[in-house]
Amino acid sequence: MVTEKEVQHIAGLADIGITTEELGTFTSRFNEILDYFDVLDRVQGEGPASCDLSNVMREDIVEPSLPQEEVLKNAAAQEDGFIKAPRVM
Amino acid sequence: MAAHEITFEPDDRYNAFLTTCKKAPHGDGKLGGIAVAVKDNISTRGIETTCGSKILKGYIPPYDAHVVELLKKSGAAIAGKTNMDEFGMGTTTENSAFGPTLNPCDTTRVPGGSSGGSAAAVAAGMVRMALGTDTGGSIRCPAAFCGIVGLKPTYGRVSRYGLIAYANSLEQIGPMAQNVSDVSLLMQVISGHDRRDTTSYTRPYTHTPSPDIKGIKIGVPQEYFGAGVDRNVAEVTKRAIFRLEELGATTVPCSIPSMEYALAAYYVTCTSEASSNLARFDGVRYGPAADTKKSWHDAYREVRESGFGTEVRRRIMLGTFALSSGYYGKYYAKAQVARENIKKDFSRIFSDVDVIAGPTMPTIAFKLGEKSDPLSMYLADILTVPANLAGIPAISLPCGKVEGMPVGLQIMGKPFEDERVIDVAYAYEQAVG
Repeated sequence: MVTEKEVQHIAGLADIGITTEELGTFTSRFNEILDYFDVLDRVQGEGPASCDLSNVMREDIVEPSLPQEEVLKNAAAQEDGFIKAPRVM
Repeated sequence: MAAHEITFEPDDRYNAFLTTCKKAPHGDGKLGGIAVAVKDNISTRGIETTCGSKILKGYIPPYDAHVVELLKKSGAAIAGKTNMDEFGMGTTTENSAFGPTLNPCDTTRVPGGSSGGSAAAVAAGMVRMALGTDTGGSIRCPAAFCGIVGLKPTYGRVSRYGLIAYANSLEQIGPMAQNVSDVSLLMQVISGHDRRDTTSYTRPYTHTPSPDIKGIKIGVPQEYFGAGVDRNVAEVTKRAIFRLEELGATTVPCSIPSMEYALAAYYVTCTSEASSNLARFDGVRYGPAADTKKSWHDAYREVRESGFGTEVRRRIMLGTFALSSGYYGKYYAKAQVARENIKKDFSRIFSDVDVIAGPTMPTIAFKLGEKSDPLSMYLADILTVPANLAGIPAISLPCGKVEGMPVGLQIMGKPFEDERVIDVAYAYEQAVG
């Protein structure tokens, strides 16, 4: 069983806001689903073996990319040709 | 390339489209002048692409997905973007932020999901073909519920470049149409290698359907006709498989014991991948603006609370939990063991049979609002998720009706034998006319 406090903690980890009104329902649905996931406790066997595929490497070649104005077109906040992000400090 | 244009102004009474292109340019080629609808999680240069989510409202991709480039090269006219469960998370298309799509066969019922808009657009005759995406049944479920044909290709056969990711290891873009020939034609156009998708194989599909299935061996898994599967749906599907026997195929009973864990393994895997993939939606590079005056945790939390619907937030949180320290071993690691067991079950069965057949969905289309709790909605995916976990091709085609609603016959094949899956479907379709 996860508690409302734990659900709030997970929401925090994922940067997902949930309202106080939603918290109860979120928690009970969460527990119903986790109860169902308990079937995995009975799984026997081994995980995927390292397969016989190998990495496909390519040369690092400079290629044309999207122009700056195209990249910025969908960003809500910009400054001097850069995307503006929220405060970090 | 775009020398001509078509006018596309459909009567969209089913809310199948989120965007329509009134004047849709097109060139010449295999699909010259054919209107093709594209699911709204596939990037289309210059055409709004929202994934059915408020968090991408107004987002105009600066580039085309690989499949869209291929559609344009083949002369297709991109007619519009179709409605879907937000980010593909749902089985009914009711989870769209822009309202549900209605089932053209009965407007009190859901069209299935998550590619419900694409299925409804094809079923209602608004377009001849559409692209969907299938992470755990999202092409096959709406194809079954709306009475059309939909193929989930072998993982790696169609490039995912430009598909806005939900669960990378499971999802494929695939064709949807009213008949097997059109599904096959669209598959010819969209398949093949693309170096921009690291999981892309060099296995182009150049096949033309053949109705000759004499000597084909069909496995019939008991789990596809057991508990939870509506008796009438099972009966209609069995009759369809009997029809395949009349056409020269043989059937053998088989069993997929790992199905017991399939649904849990699927939901743990897809939510884990989603929790990582959907971290990019933070209102900085696209989507509704994050408040840059606030600290980044507060700003992101606000944008994601108002931008994501309940089911999307639930799945991101489930995935975050399944990957978190102390729970990883119990959930994610176990799900990967279960996934391996499912692959082994399929490869054991396929050492004896050519294809596996059963119903696509355990029931006919639900009434709108019928599946109100998430777990009962998840359980409806039990017959479709195994093919995604194993990466194998699977098609759904109409095979009869129950209570006036279409039932889908699902044919699953060996990896990279999409051609054989198409042939068996084509043989059935030709025989029933």
